[in-house]
Amino acid sequence: MNLPKTKMAIREAREGYLFILPWIIGYLVFRLGPLLFSFLLSFTNFKGAGMPDWIGIQNYQYMFTQDPRFLDSLRATFLFVGGFLPLSLIFGLAVAVLMNQQVRGITVFRAIYYLPSVTTGVAVAMLWQFVFHKQYGVLNAILSLIGVRRIGWLVDPQWVMPAFIIMALWGIGGTMIIYLAGLQAIPTELYEAASIDGANRAQQFGSITLPMLSPTIFFNLVTGLIGAFQIFENAYIMTSGGPNYATYFFGLNIYYTAFRSLQFGYASTLAWILFLIIITLTLLVFGTSRRWVYYAGAKLG
Amino acid sequence: MLAKQASTTAPARPRSRSWLRRHRQQVQTVLTYLLLCAGAVVLMVPFFWMLSTSLKTLDEVNVWPIKWIPSKLMWTNYVDVFQRVPFARYMLNSLVLAAGGIIGSLISSSLAGFGFSRLRFPGRDALFFVNLTVLMLPTWAVIVPHFIMFNAIHWLDTYLPIIVPSFFGNAFYIFLFRQYFLGIPTELEDAARIDGCGTFRIFVQIFLPLSAPVIATVAIFAFFYYWNDLIYPLVYLRSQLNFPVSLGLRMFQQANMGIIDYPRMMAAAVLSLIPCVALFTVAQRLFIQGVVMTGVEK
Repeated sequence: MNLPKTKMAIREAREGYLFILPWIIGYLVFRLGPLLFSFLLSFTNFKGAGMPDWIGIQNYQYMFTQDPRFLDSLRATFLFVGGFLPLSLIFGLAVAVLMNQQVRGITVFRAIYYLPSVTTGVAVAMLWQFVFHKQYGVLNAILSLIGVRRIGWLVDPQWVMPAFIIMALWGIGGTMIIYLAGLQAIPTELYEAASIDGANRAQQFGSITLPMLSPTIFFNLVTGLIGAFQIFENAYIMTSGGPNYATYFFGLNIYYTAFRSLQFGYASTLAWILFLIIITLTLLVFGTSRRWVYYAGAKLG
Repeated sequence: MLAKQASTTAPARPRSRSWLRRHRQQVQTVLTYLLLCAGAVVLMVPFFWMLSTSLKTLDEVNVWPIKWIPSKLMWTNYVDVFQRVPFARYMLNSLVLAAGGIIGSLISSSLAGFGFSRLRFPGRDALFFVNLTVLMLPTWAVIVPHFIMFNAIHWLDTYLPIIVPSFFGNAFYIFLFRQYFLGIPTELEDAARIDGCGTFRIFVQIFLPLSAPVIATVAIFAFFYYWNDLIYPLVYLRSQLNFPVSLGLRMFQQANMGIIDYPRMMAAAVLSLIPCVALFTVAQRLFIQGVVMTGVEK
């Protein structure tokens, strides 16, 4: 490490630390500290009052060998992430390519496609709850036009995951807009050169668009992964984890364990496992990135 | 418009080709519009359904085949929302939370973003990397300790556990500010330093006035976040009169004698989305550019 030598450099360093001081305090008090604290809690049976008892790895043993809800939430979360993430990456890109067409009024369409992603939360979950309504919902009404019988989107364990994925795909505007930025950053000369060489649209997409876009795909993959694993609100509002624990996502499990059953110790165990899953998968993605993410020229910024 | 385009593009193409070949550009444009409109309609159906339901009577909701448009527009549903629960209070509470969150996020994240981009100090890049790893940390991993901590200092059922942390920086907003500040030329800074301007004054008087786009972007992101957030209010707030909209909306989920009042529930949902949609409409351009500016390359 190069320590600052001149008087001015020392002053600048001191000011630098001052500027980031709130962040440093916040990191220690609200991030690192609680994370370590929850690690300790995960070895206790703390119930929110009194002194926590150290019970070693009992929570972990119970989780891995006996708790049926742990498996439910593992299954639900992985099914959701595995279904939603690939589709969001593909649809997001397809929509972004569409949004990148130079046609009149495209900015209006961009706004329309982006809008669902800024309206999130309880209101939207409620709105979808009624879209998915088995008897009187608009989705079944539309499907009945092509002769599909009523589907119990939120009450049938077979259909509830597709319903959650459809709903999440509705909000891929955020993914789309980042792809769009990536597409617009690709120099047009590359396409011009390729078409002079006789490359058709599909070849151009495969040999120029995808490689040039790989950092963007990577970004969307990582942020999408981290976000999708934390799904909570939609299940909390629409299904409370049902039917038959089919949407008992990890977030829901932790919330109920901590704040309904007041099992703070065990909730911390679950939270740490979720944290480890996210970290492991993220590092795996980072590890493979060298093989498929292509950075053109010098890094910006 | 099509005819005009045809007259400009036609001479460039050989006339011997088939009709499809000759009109390829136009066919493509028409297909693009068809696709764009189809997608837009699909995306808007849920919104339309919400609006339509919010203006129906309860009887008209429970019918099959469904009614797309209410036979009589029940605007009184919207009035009922305010009479059934203290909805105006909920909106005001959400506004207070959002305002606090926005102010805290702007101050702390712009300071840290400046430190990470324009000042040199040992360990800077490592610390910035630490900041990025925070993005990987799920809310769920820290929420129990947060609850215990805020309970111990008697902050439960107040807005402090939600607003105060915003004054200590947000990883993503810091990232946005840093990227933006990196793009501001050093000449201005150097000139100001020669004139004897201190670092904090340079930050306030030179950088902040040049940073309207990133300030607006962060403010809007923060507004959406604090307005919509459910988890923290759910965990920290107890008394009804403290509820923000996200919690208050849940009052409409409770069935009365086995029947959920969907029209009023949807009316409440529409009301809670109006600020978001309005803000998005006003700032749409800036917002989309703001996201574009984030520099995905990093």
